[in-house]
Amino acid sequence: MWSPTQPIVAMKDVKKSYGDFDVLKGISMDIMKGEVVCIIGPSGSGKSTLIRCINALNDIQHGSITVEGQEVHDPGLDKRILRRKVGMVFQQYNLFPHKTALQNIMMAPVKVLKEPRAEVEERARALLKKVRLEGKENSYPGELSGGQQQRVAIARSLAMRPDIMLFDEVTAALDPETVKEVLVTIKELAADGMTCILVTHEMGFAKEVADKVYFTDRGLIVEEGHPSEIFTNPKDPRTKAFLSQIL
Amino acid sequence: MNVLSDYFRDLAERSPRWDFVWLYDGSATDRILSGLWVTIQLSVICVIASLVIGFAGSMLQTSRYRIARLFVSGYLQIFRNTPPLVQLLFFYFALGQFTPSYSPDGWTQIPLISNVGWAAISLSLFGAAFNVEIFRSGLEAVPNSTTEAADALGMSRWLIFSEIQFPLALRVCLPALSSNLINLVKTTSQAFAIAVPELLYQSASLWNDHPATQNPTMLLLLVVYVGLVGILSLGLRLLERRMRVPGYGG
Repeated sequence: MWSPTQPIVAMKDVKKSYGDFDVLKGISMDIMKGEVVCIIGPSGSGKSTLIRCINALNDIQHGSITVEGQEVHDPGLDKRILRRKVGMVFQQYNLFPHKTALQNIMMAPVKVLKEPRAEVEERARALLKKVRLEGKENSYPGELSGGQQQRVAIARSLAMRPDIMLFDEVTAALDPETVKEVLVTIKELAADGMTCILVTHEMGFAKEVADKVYFTDRGLIVEEGHPSEIFTNPKDPRTKAFLSQIL
Repeated sequence: MNVLSDYFRDLAERSPRWDFVWLYDGSATDRILSGLWVTIQLSVICVIASLVIGFAGSMLQTSRYRIARLFVSGYLQIFRNTPPLVQLLFFYFALGQFTPSYSPDGWTQIPLISNVGWAAISLSLFGAAFNVEIFRSGLEAVPNSTTEAADALGMSRWLIFSEIQFPLALRVCLPALSSNLINLVKTTSQAFAIAVPELLYQSASLWNDHPATQNPTMLLLLVVYVGLVGILSLGLRLLERRMRVPGYGG
């Protein structure tokens, strides 16, 4: 059985292709409970695909991915159990447009986990407060700004009380001034001890909060390490080239 | 009341083309009312059945079984590309020959499906063919990313459909659905052709018996259809307004 001293997410030689195109060419990584991990790299390098494999939104052709010791791509696995453990936030927020902020957050705990409505509502209100959206309970997504929608989306994931949070370029669609409010929310989550796996282009953020940074290029992990090493002293020429372009 | 019927009785004598017979003659009133009742019943049945069949059809369209998809597309081709009047006649006269009949008294043969039954079946299928495509357009308008978010929250396929896809699709397709249902209600008047005693049939038979009532009865037909369709479209518009979500769609 899995114990918290073992990696909470373990990937071993994960390969995936779309037709002839190999997106992931053998990815291995171990992530410990409470770690904040940033995956960076040029677009098309497979970052999003990689993170989406962790909660089985994408399938894999080779290798293994375990979450808390449980094989994710076991055909017999009940995906609901996996997704209860792994929350995900998307680039385009993907809120349910016909539900208010509060209803968005409450839907999955009430309908999927069958938790008592009153209890879920209390938790949802607390979560909205936590992401600094008190008073927006009854607003529809269309009435909120991008940054506010994204924070509702984070609260919606947290309402399932996941052990791991996946963030797939969650600030890429936001205005520069609203990026910060979302990053602050994630930073607080990380400080609370949540295991966070982020695909991001926010290098400053990665440098500040990440315990570990993975640089991917063309379906492979080129370099990994503490942000202080990767950002100040990259070893691989591809990492150097990438960082020199964006920093 | 008496004053009114006396007035119209008098009017009919003075101007022979304006005999509002159904305003003073009880038996004529009954014919019009019974026609109106049949039209309402036929409309309600066809609207509900066309929604059910249309919904089922749009589900089968995305079935993993090729045969089911082929069946739906064949159905759509036939029912969208032929006139509803031809469909009514075909169902009643062609298919009607092959449906079993029964004899309640040993002498007469009564078909299992009456002309009213055939009208309900044929018009429902006609309306449903359009509803299939309308529902499909609505479902296709729901972004994959939205259903994916629900999937990532551990929702089952059924939950995703009933809580996310269907409510969003309905909002998208309601305007198109309204105009098709309105069209369907108006098309029930074509059941006249197979002697379904609906409003147009009763009106026409009334003015055949009393030619002087033709003008007033035609006026009545117009007013009644405007009223019927008005009620339906008002109801659908209210539904549309009720389901409107701030900041989403038009």
